[in-house]
Amino acid sequence: MNEVAFLAWVRGIGFQIALGIFIVGMVVRWLEIFLLGKKHDYSAPKGSAVQGAIHTIFSRSIPEKSTWQRSRVQIVTGYVFHVGLLLIILFLTPHITLFREFLGFGWAGLPNSVVDLIAVITMFALLVALVRRLQDPVLRFISTFQDYLVWTVTFLPLLTGYMAYHHLGFSYPTILGLHILSVEILLVLFPFTKLMHAITLFIARGFNGATAGHKGVQA
Amino acid sequence: MSTSLGAILREQYGVSRRDFLKFCSVLASSMAISPTFIPRIAEALEKTPRQSVIWLSFQECTGCTESLTRSNAPTLESLILEQISLDYHHTLQAAAGDAAERARDLAMKANQGKYLLIVDGSVPMGNSGYSTIAGISNVDALREVASGASAIIAVGTCAAFGGLPHANPNPTGAVSVSEIITDKPIINISGCPPIPVVITGVIAHLITFGVLPELDKLGRPLSFYGQNIHDRCYRRPFYEKGLFAEDFDDAGAKKGWCLYKLGCKGPVTYNACATLKWNDGVSFPIEAGHGCIGCSEPNFWDAGGFYRPLAVPTEGVAQLTQMAFAAGGALGIAAGVLNAKKRDHAIAERETVSIDDLKRKG
Amino acid sequence: MSNASFSRGYQALKAQIDAPIAAYFSSCVHCGLCAEACLFFTETRDPKYTPIHKLEPLRKVWEQEYTLVGKLKAWFGLSTPLHDQELADWQEFIYNSCTLCGRCSLVCPVGNDLSYMIRKEREGMVAAGHAPDGQISAAKRAITVGSPMGVKFPALQAQIKHIEKDTGFIVPVNQVGAEYMVTLSSMEIMNYPEYLEALARIFKHAGKTWTLCSEAFEATNTGIQIGSSDIARELVSRLVNAAERLQVKTLVSPECGHAYTAIRWEGANLMGKAFTFKVQHILEVLEELRQQGKLKTEGLETARMTFHDPCQLVRRGGVIDEPRNLLKTVAQNFVEMEDAGKMNWCCGAGGGVGAIEQAHELKTRVFQRKISQLDAIKVETVVTACANCRITLEEGFEAYNREMPVLGLTELIAQHLVEEPATENAHE
Repeated sequence: MNEVAFLAWVRGIGFQIALGIFIVGMVVRWLEIFLLGKKHDYSAPKGSAVQGAIHTIFSRSIPEKSTWQRSRVQIVTGYVFHVGLLLIILFLTPHITLFREFLGFGWAGLPNSVVDLIAVITMFALLVALVRRLQDPVLRFISTFQDYLVWTVTFLPLLTGYMAYHHLGFSYPTILGLHILSVEILLVLFPFTKLMHAITLFIARGFNGATAGHKGVQA
Repeated sequence: MSTSLGAILREQYGVSRRDFLKFCSVLASSMAISPTFIPRIAEALEKTPRQSVIWLSFQECTGCTESLTRSNAPTLESLILEQISLDYHHTLQAAAGDAAERARDLAMKANQGKYLLIVDGSVPMGNSGYSTIAGISNVDALREVASGASAIIAVGTCAAFGGLPHANPNPTGAVSVSEIITDKPIINISGCPPIPVVITGVIAHLITFGVLPELDKLGRPLSFYGQNIHDRCYRRPFYEKGLFAEDFDDAGAKKGWCLYKLGCKGPVTYNACATLKWNDGVSFPIEAGHGCIGCSEPNFWDAGGFYRPLAVPTEGVAQLTQMAFAAGGALGIAAGVLNAKKRDHAIAERETVSIDDLKRKG
Repeated sequence: MSNASFSRGYQALKAQIDAPIAAYFSSCVHCGLCAEACLFFTETRDPKYTPIHKLEPLRKVWEQEYTLVGKLKAWFGLSTPLHDQELADWQEFIYNSCTLCGRCSLVCPVGNDLSYMIRKEREGMVAAGHAPDGQISAAKRAITVGSPMGVKFPALQAQIKHIEKDTGFIVPVNQVGAEYMVTLSSMEIMNYPEYLEALARIFKHAGKTWTLCSEAFEATNTGIQIGSSDIARELVSRLVNAAERLQVKTLVSPECGHAYTAIRWEGANLMGKAFTFKVQHILEVLEELRQQGKLKTEGLETARMTFHDPCQLVRRGGVIDEPRNLLKTVAQNFVEMEDAGKMNWCCGAGGGVGAIEQAHELKTRVFQRKISQLDAIKVETVVTACANCRITLEEGFEAYNREMPVLGLTELIAQHLVEEPATENAHE
């Protein structure tokens, strides 16, 4: 397979396979969670479960004070790479072009030099996260194969995207193809790994916040 | 016919030495050869006896020949064709029928092992009857002529990579020259059509240095195909700033902004259009307001639509998305209902714990 | 009667899985932030106490029984099924080093309610026969005798007589139609009789009718702590039946954290119906009376004081402002310790940990957190509103050689009540 055919494959059949698995997986996982249901709570409420849920969905994005004091590096690293990933995914012009294909509308992108800088910072933050996972006693203890797998498939799209932009290592069609392929791998693994947290954390926060809200606690 | 190019240029065309050297320097710079080689190119072109060339045209549209020959005024590029002894080219030669085929036989015999073979068009492997010349199938003609050639130049994307005839579903089983001939040096000069000076440049290089120019992994001369259109495009600064034409007649298009979103394949296309340009350096497609379609790359016809941006999938996914949602929904509901049943069963079957059985017996 | 076995335990774990648990496990990214929220980790720095690690058995059941991926993984031999030894090994994490304090549930960035899951996991442990001996004995006493410490009604009667003799107040028992039905923790009967006396004083002062119930005076619920809804239901139903029989308006949970969770939040769900009466913690009752102007106090404590928040009251109960409002009416020098309120650190012996002999050393070790919190603000007295916290604090101070009186908030309020509202000024 030559590089143009490879690029055509990842943009064509490869993408369709990945998207198909992604959607099927996401829907299945979502239904698997919700169809398990939650028992009705007979205890008299002290506050609103709905308000608690909404509150926690947002408030949990901000670390609580004592956690912040105890785990600064961890929190900053997490923030940087999450915000970085979000900015890169949503504000690089070629990515917006892709979203427009699905959504029918687009939005203004950031200049490439800015996204480039964000990519470098994000990759650095991910590397720090990896080093911490390997060195911190707690992180090393609780980490499984999946944690390293997910780190890798998150890092690769950034790395290949960066390499494509700077013409490093491969010809442009090859590295662009690898970049798209790396995202497809991410899509395929997404519903079946902890990457799923990007969606389920809102459900988790909602349930936690509802329980707390019912009891009159701001969680 | 052993008169040298220098003599022909001076005597028949009245080209001055100054103009000739200028042409040589253009060749040198276009091929990224050091200026110190200009006298050597000039000397080689002036003195080398005319090179015998056999040009075979298979499944092609004659666009490549047009590119080389159709100019409003005679150009120096067309002049170099005078330097070669084009012994067979069924579009350009005067002879026809048996006479034409005899000319080919004669040239092959006279220059056995020394002549240059230029091919345009792809070769049908499905049924040899799809394309024949004088009753000889393309594949047989190619094998026969190639056997005595010193080198082969595959001109145009059809000869180099299969091109349009090779496009899905490839009804004729079209293949490139390099898929049939594996024991001869092959230079691919891709493009639909290729830039004329690239053809003459490669011929000049072969004559001057007697060896093949440095090639990329697709067999194309690196000096012309070493950089992609995007990197050399004059509209590149707009890409970096995020300024894009969204439509062919919007304000961005009029201001000459980047055509990426309109499907330009410049980033994945390796060719010299953005630097050498066409029609004596007048313009090239992107300058004319249309995105690059990537014609110098293999499979360019099947590499997603010409107007679909590189970042988007080559085909619409609306139907796939719907099907995936339906499949996921069905599978998810089935799994979810079974899970809920299993859990409810576990609740129903759960054995009551009392204080007398909190510890294991025995 | 069934026998404790791994399969009974596994079945019980399977029965626990619901949508929240599925969402929680789906969301965990192994960030490890819950470790820093858990005092068993912060005081030992041993990674094995990381809260999410304590949930590994339950996670396995969820993944392998309730997800397609988990089933595939198991099918390809990529995961090992849960086995009995694993549950036995996890007793240390699920019981000895977890007080169900719920700090991790408030810290987890993806919003996982970890203590909710530990509580559920204990159901499986109990059914499998892996609950700790100390808690098993307490549960047995609670069911058979009526209280985990083995206190029977005659012992309480003796207390009542004492109080009535000493103070002249009447302590009503089995009074139908009283507004409040008061319950106690046996710790209060045994170690802190002041509490009952304080209640008598307060209700008289406020002019409210109240009663004890001879068949349901014990509010602590060992079923909740050991993690058995069957045992918890049996214990809760005693209180519910009593409250219904006596037709009280409000059932008052004593100064105890888990008793409040048991009757206030889990009670109705264990019974499978909403209560016909209200349930309040004694602090909520006191705050209500204070706001109604029925709690008049005089004199201020001058000692530098702080309030230790019982976990179940703040994080799992929402009783945060009440103790502060009350304490400020009687204390001049009230200071907050760091992380006070919703994020306060556990005393280290809630959730039944205090009853586990093997956890004794660990419990004392993690008390270091309380010591450093208190050392930082240099107080002379600690006030709390949970008899279990109170005894843990006292034992902890003893172990760390600190001279630090610990008071119950209710008693403190009672001590400052104006004797005769009409002669308020005459007292000065």
